[in-house]
Amino acid sequence: MRRLREAWQGFKAGAWLGWQIESNWTEPFLFAIYSVIKPVAGVLILVFMYLVVAQGGLENPLFPQVFLGTTFYLYVVNVLSGISWSVHDDREHYGMLKYVYMAPLHLYGYLLGRGAAKTLVATISVLITLAFGMAFLRVRLSLGSPGLLAAALMLGLAALAFYGILLAGVSLLIARHGWMVGDVVAGGLYLLCGAAFPLALLPAPFRALGLGLPPTYWLEALRRALLGAGLHPELAALSDAQLLLILAGSTLLGVALSAGLFRAAERIAVRRGLLDMQTMY
Amino acid sequence: MTWQIRTFLRTVVGRAYPRFIGVWREKSWVIFDVFFPLLQVSAYVYIYRAIGAPPEFAGFAVLGGAMIAYWMNVLWSMASQLYWEKETGNLQLYLIAPTSRMAILLGMALGGLTATTVRAAGVILVGALLFRIPLRVGHGALFLGVFLLTLVALYGLGMLLSSVFLLWGREAWHLSNLFMEPVYLFSGFYFPVRALGFWVALVASVIPITLGLDALRQLLYPQLMERFRFLPVEAELGALAALAVLFLFLAHRGLRFFEELARREGRLTLRGQ
Repeated sequence: MRRLREAWQGFKAGAWLGWQIESNWTEPFLFAIYSVIKPVAGVLILVFMYLVVAQGGLENPLFPQVFLGTTFYLYVVNVLSGISWSVHDDREHYGMLKYVYMAPLHLYGYLLGRGAAKTLVATISVLITLAFGMAFLRVRLSLGSPGLLAAALMLGLAALAFYGILLAGVSLLIARHGWMVGDVVAGGLYLLCGAAFPLALLPAPFRALGLGLPPTYWLEALRRALLGAGLHPELAALSDAQLLLILAGSTLLGVALSAGLFRAAERIAVRRGLLDMQTMY
Repeated sequence: MTWQIRTFLRTVVGRAYPRFIGVWREKSWVIFDVFFPLLQVSAYVYIYRAIGAPPEFAGFAVLGGAMIAYWMNVLWSMASQLYWEKETGNLQLYLIAPTSRMAILLGMALGGLTATTVRAAGVILVGALLFRIPLRVGHGALFLGVFLLTLVALYGLGMLLSSVFLLWGREAWHLSNLFMEPVYLFSGFYFPVRALGFWVALVASVIPITLGLDALRQLLYPQLMERFRFLPVEAELGALAALAVLFLFLAHRGLRFFEELARREGRLTLRGQ
């Protein structure tokens, strides 16, 4: 019971601190502009690539699928790599990870809280980008399966947070690569999960790897929920329930792996004196 | 005078040295620095393939990916560098050193430029081999001239931003972050900038990579770029030379102005803000 209370306190402290770090560096108005410009610019790159090359431009049937995949991928960047970045940021830049560890709260819960703040920031970006797509890019989203959308969103976000904690555990143990580990994983997932193109284009070994990664199924479920159809023919045989089952399984795996491996990483970090490491990177 | 010149040159070499040596000291970084941009570049190559683009467009993406290495270096290791130095407590040491601040920035630029060239060359080489991208340079000297002038103008901009960022705390980090995707978009890193329209491209030309990329693409893929070129290569070369001179001049003036302002407002030693 005490551990649960400490985990909850850690979660609350992490979420509050995370939100402050993300948002209070400037005026709310400038923060709002910042939140709009970055994700919309990312999507507009795809728009212009389509306009320059694709037959039919934005009417190309692939475009809504690519738009949706890229938009929801913002969660992967923010949540997955954001949590591991928190370790690097707190330890190297603010020098306060050791104080978090000393406080009567749970480090695991604290990092989940930091993830919650990142999720909130990402949600703002995703909603703005979706609205932009519907208003200006003629992307027609329909809420045909609200149950599928809600379940996929919840399971996917939970999985991202737990896998983010797993990466945070890795970050605890490394010195000179901590700032890039999240970005490299997120970049790899963008390529391998077919966020912006059909998996069939990838060479067979990479395609197989992509089919083994949870975000592939997450993005496919979201596409089915909001566009009525998926992108990857390889997954067409799976029913919605099967997709959700795979997502639920991968989330449970994320919980188990992150709990076990993060605790092990934490123990090693304490033993080796890594919690207050300052490498100046 | 001789002493001043010698100190200037020694500062340039001294500040460039750790950046150049740093690349080889942590060898795994070279792999990451080539591998990481390639992930993004590969995704864009596959997007082009998915929509049936000619193979030259994959070349656009690879060239853009390589040039991103320079932009990232300018943002994070030039513009934000004095912010990092402030955070780690080194900035005071720079300011009390009996040398020119421009020499420090120039050293940072030269070291960063050399190190980044290794990464950019790696991205082009691996990308070209991996995706079998046609790369044929018709006018080698012109190509090299455009490339070098782009870098001089770009690092001049980096030096200018560096002096502006001297004032800021966490805003510096977030602004560098903000200057990523929007600049990738407006400078046409992954598609010809002409697609944005002439006037938008003209405004975006304040970032030298916009003109540099367009000119390099024209020299690599002259036939395809006939439809997409923004300005003639010669005009872009002239504009890049003008930008280089302008940015270096503004960096010199800006550094004095912002240092004085930061000194008066007590921001030079402010940490964690």
